[in-house]
Amino acid sequence: MTRKQKKQLARIITAALLLVGAFVTDVLVGARPATWQLLLLYLPAYLTVGFTVLRRAAVNILHGEIFDENLLMALATLGALSLGFLPTGEPEFAEAVFVMIFYQTGELFEHIAVGKSRRSIGKLMQIRPDTARVMRDGAPREVVPDEVAVGEIISVYPGERVPLDGTVTEGRSDLNTAALTGESQPLSVGVGDNVYSGATNGGGSLFIKVTKPYHESTVARILALVEGAAAKKATAEQFITRFARYYTPLVVISALLLALLPPLFSGAFLATFPVWLARALTFLVISCPCALVISVPLTFFGGIGGAARHGILMKGAAHVEKLANASTVVMDKTGTLTEGEFCVTRCVPHGIDTNELLLLAAAAEQQSNHPIAKALIAAVKAPLPTITDTREQAGLGVTATVNGSHVAVGNLALMHSVGATPEALLADSTAIHVAKNGTWCGYIQMSDRIKPTAHAAIGDLRKIGITKTVMLTGDRAHVANAVATALHVDEYRAELMPADKVDAIEALLLAPHKGTVCFVGDGINDAPVLTRADVGIAMGALGADAAIEAADVVLMDDEPQKIALAITLSRKALRIVHQNIVLTLAVKAIALLGSALGLFGAWQMPIAIFADVGVSVLAILNAMRMLK
Amino acid sequence: MKKTFSLIDLDCAHCAARMEDGIRRIKGVDDVSVSFLTQKLTLEADDAVFEKVLKQAVKICRKIEPDCTVVME
Repeated sequence: MTRKQKKQLARIITAALLLVGAFVTDVLVGARPATWQLLLLYLPAYLTVGFTVLRRAAVNILHGEIFDENLLMALATLGALSLGFLPTGEPEFAEAVFVMIFYQTGELFEHIAVGKSRRSIGKLMQIRPDTARVMRDGAPREVVPDEVAVGEIISVYPGERVPLDGTVTEGRSDLNTAALTGESQPLSVGVGDNVYSGATNGGGSLFIKVTKPYHESTVARILALVEGAAAKKATAEQFITRFARYYTPLVVISALLLALLPPLFSGAFLATFPVWLARALTFLVISCPCALVISVPLTFFGGIGGAARHGILMKGAAHVEKLANASTVVMDKTGTLTEGEFCVTRCVPHGIDTNELLLLAAAAEQQSNHPIAKALIAAVKAPLPTITDTREQAGLGVTATVNGSHVAVGNLALMHSVGATPEALLADSTAIHVAKNGTWCGYIQMSDRIKPTAHAAIGDLRKIGITKTVMLTGDRAHVANAVATALHVDEYRAELMPADKVDAIEALLLAPHKGTVCFVGDGINDAPVLTRADVGIAMGALGADAAIEAADVVLMDDEPQKIALAITLSRKALRIVHQNIVLTLAVKAIALLGSALGLFGAWQMPIAIFADVGVSVLAILNAMRMLK
Repeated sequence: MKKTFSLIDLDCAHCAARMEDGIRRIKGVDDVSVSFLTQKLTLEADDAVFEKVLKQAVKICRKIEPDCTVVME
C-alpha cells in the first residue's frame, strides 16, 4: 500500500467506528429526535470518509466536468442525506454514510489491485539497465547507458546485465537471455561474438565494444515496443471507449427522468418523490463505466507483458485480438521450420571411404564462404590438409590441389569439365560431387535440417484448432514435398520468388475462410509478406532489426512451438476481455433494472456500489490471471 | 517532436481516456496517448508549438483529474 492508500484506509476505519457510535447512540436514545439532530450525529462519519469525494466533486463542477465519478457519488449520498428533510421521506443518514464507506473501500481495493498488476507487469519489464561501465582514459566509469557512444568499450561483470548491444573484445562467459527470448538455456559467448543488451552475464567478465547507441539497442527497442503496444487499441477496447461515451450520460439522464416522471404521473408527487429519488440516486452510482474502461486494456496489457516473458513481443492489443482469431497459419520453410543452415545428410563414396570423401571435399572448400562449404567443414572432425591452387568457379564449384592431387568439388557440370563421369545420375542438385585427378569418387548429399521441434510445433497448431497450415518456400518442389510430408503440414507451395509469396498470401486471404491468416517468417526477404498477412510473425528476431520493424508479433528466438503459444496466450487474453465485458454489463444491467423497479429494498445502494466498484475489482482480478 | 511524461496519481482509467480525447483536440497535436497502465503521457507535436501545446495539455489533465500531476523534466 502506498501512503495515500494507507491514509484512505485510516479514514475508512475511523468513519466506520464513528458510524457504529452514531448508530448505537441513535438506538439508545430510543425516542425520535429531530431530523437535524440526527444529521449532526451522522455528519462526522460522513465527512470523515466523504470529504475527499466532496472536494473533488466541487473542483470538477468549477471545471465544468459534470459526469465525474466523484460528483455522481457526492450527488447520490447528499441526495440520501436530504431525503430525511423531505416531508414524506424517511431519514437515510446511516445508509448515506454506509454507501460512502463502501464506495471508498471499493475504490481502495481497485487502486491496490491496479497498482499490484502494474507492478507485476513492471517486473516483467525490468530489463532496463540503469548504468553502463564504460572504459574512458583507461579507467572504468559508471554512466547512464544513453551516454555511451558507439565504438566505446564497456565492461560487464558476472551477474550484471548487458546494457548495450555490442561485440565481445575480451573475455568469455555464458549469457542468460531468458528475459529477451524466454529461453533459459545459456548462450556461450567469446571474443568476436555479438551480445544483446538485456541479457544477464553468467560467470565471466566481458569487455564489449558497443555497436549501437542505447536507443537502438535491443533492450530499448523491446521496452518501447511493449510500452507502445497499449496505444494500438483493439476493437474490443474501442468498443468500450465508445460505449462509455454514451453510457454515462444516458444513465444520468435516465436517473433524472426516473426521479421526476413517475411521481409526476402518479398524481401524488410529494408522497412518491422520495422513493423514486432514492432509486434515481442508485442510477448515478451505477453510471461510472470504470470497470470496463480499466479491465479491458489491463487484460491486453497483462497479456502483452506475460507474452514478453516468453520472448513473444506483440506490438499492440489489436494484434492480440487478430492472433486470437487465427485459423490459417502460413509458414516460411527456410529459417522457420528448418534451421536455415545446410548439413551433410548422406555420403555415397565410390572407390574411397566415407571419411576420405568428406575430407577431400571439405579440404577443397575450406577457403570458401558458401553455406555448403561451411556445412562440409563442420562435418569433418579431423584437421584439414593445406591446399594450393584454389579456384572457385561460380555456379560450378571449387577445384584445388590437395596433398598433390587435383580435387574438384561441385556439380555435374564441373565433373564433366574435369573429365569425371558420375555413375549415379541424380536429379537432386544439392548433391555435391567429388572428383580426384579426374576420377569420380562419389557424392555428398546436403540438406537444410528440419528443426527438432518443428513437427511438434505443427502438432500444437492442429491441437489448438488451427484449421489450415501452409508452408511456403523458394526451394525446389521435391525438397518442399519431403519437408511438408515429414511435418504433416496441410499444404505447401514451392519454387516461389519473394513476390510469389505475397500472391500466395493474397490468394489465401481471398479464399473463403474463417478467422485470420498469420504468416510466420524469419524476416529475411519476407518483409512484404509479413506486412500483407493479417498478422505477420517474425521469428528469430534477436538482432534482426528489419524483422522487428515489419512484423506485428515478434518471436525473439527461432523456436517454432512459440507460434502456438502466442496464439494460445492471445486467446486467453481475449477470453478474459469478453468475460469482463459480459460480467460488467450484466451486473450493471441487473442493478439498473432492479433499482428502477425497486426490487432490492434496503439493499439498493450497496448493490449499486457493488455494480460500480465491486465489479471493477472482480474484473481487475480476472485480468490479472493473464500475468500467471 | 515526441516526448513522454510521467503522470502521478492518475487514478481513473476513464479520466485517462478523456484526457487523451481532450489533448487530441489541441491544435498542433500530431498524436497523443495517455496510458492509465503505464501512467504515461506521450505527446507528439510540431517542434515550433510544442511548449505551447504541452502547457495546454497539462491544463486539460488538471481539469479532468485535479489530483494528477504531469512530471516535467
